[in-house]
Amino acid sequence: MALAAGIRDDFPLLSQTVGGKPLVYLDSAATSQKPRQVLESLFEYYRSYNANVHRGIYWLAEEATARYEEARTKIASLLGAARPEEIVFTRGTTEALNLVAGTWGRANVGPGDQILLTEMEHHSNIVPWQMLAAERGAVLRYIPVTDEGRLDLDTLDRLLAGRPKIVGLAHQSNVLGTINPVRWIADRAHQAGALVVVDAAQSVPHQKVDVTALGADFLAFSGHKMLGPMGIGGLWARYAVLDAMPPYHGGGEMITSVGLDRSTYKAPPHKFEAGTPDVAGAIALGVAADYIRQIGLDAITEHVRDLTAYALLRLMEIPGLTIYGPRTATDRGGAVAFTLDRVHPHDIAQVLDGDGIAVRAGHHCAEPLHRRFGIPASARASFHLYNTRAEVDALVEGLLKVRRLFARASSTAKGGAHGAG
Amino acid sequence: MALDDLYREVILDHYAHPRNRGTLEPNDVAVEGANPLCGDELVLFLRLRDGRVEEVRFEGRGCSISQASASMMTEAVKGRTLDEVRVLVAAFKGMMHGEEPGDEMGDLAALQGVRKFPVRVKCATLPWISLEQGLDEYAAR
Repeated sequence: MALAAGIRDDFPLLSQTVGGKPLVYLDSAATSQKPRQVLESLFEYYRSYNANVHRGIYWLAEEATARYEEARTKIASLLGAARPEEIVFTRGTTEALNLVAGTWGRANVGPGDQILLTEMEHHSNIVPWQMLAAERGAVLRYIPVTDEGRLDLDTLDRLLAGRPKIVGLAHQSNVLGTINPVRWIADRAHQAGALVVVDAAQSVPHQKVDVTALGADFLAFSGHKMLGPMGIGGLWARYAVLDAMPPYHGGGEMITSVGLDRSTYKAPPHKFEAGTPDVAGAIALGVAADYIRQIGLDAITEHVRDLTAYALLRLMEIPGLTIYGPRTATDRGGAVAFTLDRVHPHDIAQVLDGDGIAVRAGHHCAEPLHRRFGIPASARASFHLYNTRAEVDALVEGLLKVRRLFARASSTAKGGAHGAG
Repeated sequence: MALDDLYREVILDHYAHPRNRGTLEPNDVAVEGANPLCGDELVLFLRLRDGRVEEVRFEGRGCSISQASASMMTEAVKGRTLDEVRVLVAAFKGMMHGEEPGDEMGDLAALQGVRKFPVRVKCATLPWISLEQGLDEYAAR
């Protein structure tokens, strides 16, 4: 089920050159590029039916509200949610996870309670829980990561014996690419009485994610990594769970009535959507969901897996290169983190940039994971539906160039004056 | 942008063969510096005698620019008076902010290419800011 040729033509940004060289964009794990359809929907919204939602009774406002709610339905359908009201629009994964920690967490986590996370979490699924733990006197525990870059599941029974209130984990690591067995973990977590919150920022863009099959209680995602605009994303939770949660931000839109002393709140999802939302962003995210479905998630998964398998093989040819995370494309998404002997990741990214190749260098908002592997930083290439094998080849050529540049310096023979002084 | 401006031969040489690397005991100044964005880390040691830098060493890990800058800095300050070192620190920071390097910069002038890569300027200045901080702490004692 190969992707149709010409997909790149849908992404105007990709046709650019950098210093005369074609742009090779290999940082989709940070943010994906956007197809023309999504870009046009943003412009179309502001040009033709910009109005505040859930307020006006004139047709413009009705149109904006209808399209906003239609986008919610599209996302609910993409994720297999039981009803559209189970989707809360947020600014993205980070806000969605903060929402869970700040509302469900505050209502349900108390002194001495345990919160179980994993060593491979993005900071957005660590820091909100640290803040909650500090406020409530709760205790954080972590599922360790093996040398291969998978969760050490042998530790799970012991960790669940601590009866954590919540288990938080990434569906797919943004660094290692590892796809975690969420269902297997969720079943055990539920038996131990915990709820399960899944950071699906990296998985929703590339694979069919069905919230029911996954067994999660909360699922957070970002629009900008799934071909949508920045500033929009969402949280899924079962309606009954959302209904029992206190509100998040207070303000307009989320209330049914406001008195001087107290107010009453709307039902989910609007209870969690105070203030004027990013209407254009939500509608454009719906368009991104349409685009993804039209291409076919299975085809995207297969394309990214093929590229990842190819990239892993080619990268392993490079002497001195270490890959972090699974060495095969099984249960693995399209992010490949690596280091190169004697070359700092920032220098790797800098030299690649000179050839128009965009990769990420740093700790990728996963400092604890890098510490676990004993490295301060790594370089990361990540793929999406618009990437090609030729771009992987360009990456490999670029890395060989990095090696040559720094090897030349290392081999420069110098006298004994260069000792430690 | 021309990478050759950034990765000058002398910079790569200092990165591959750092001068004055290690710890120094006893010392008069021991100061740590870090660039959290890049993860560059540095510890700088100075031994002073009669108002001069008698001995200098550094340890740390980081990108080629931060490590080469530290290595070149140690060569540049060794044997200088503290006043001369301060003048050099100011001149280096000035160079990173666009001033033309004078003759006193010597090999350090090779680092002026970093200016064209704003994200990396912090890497180049890290050792120098640490040095200045160390001298300030020493003077305040």
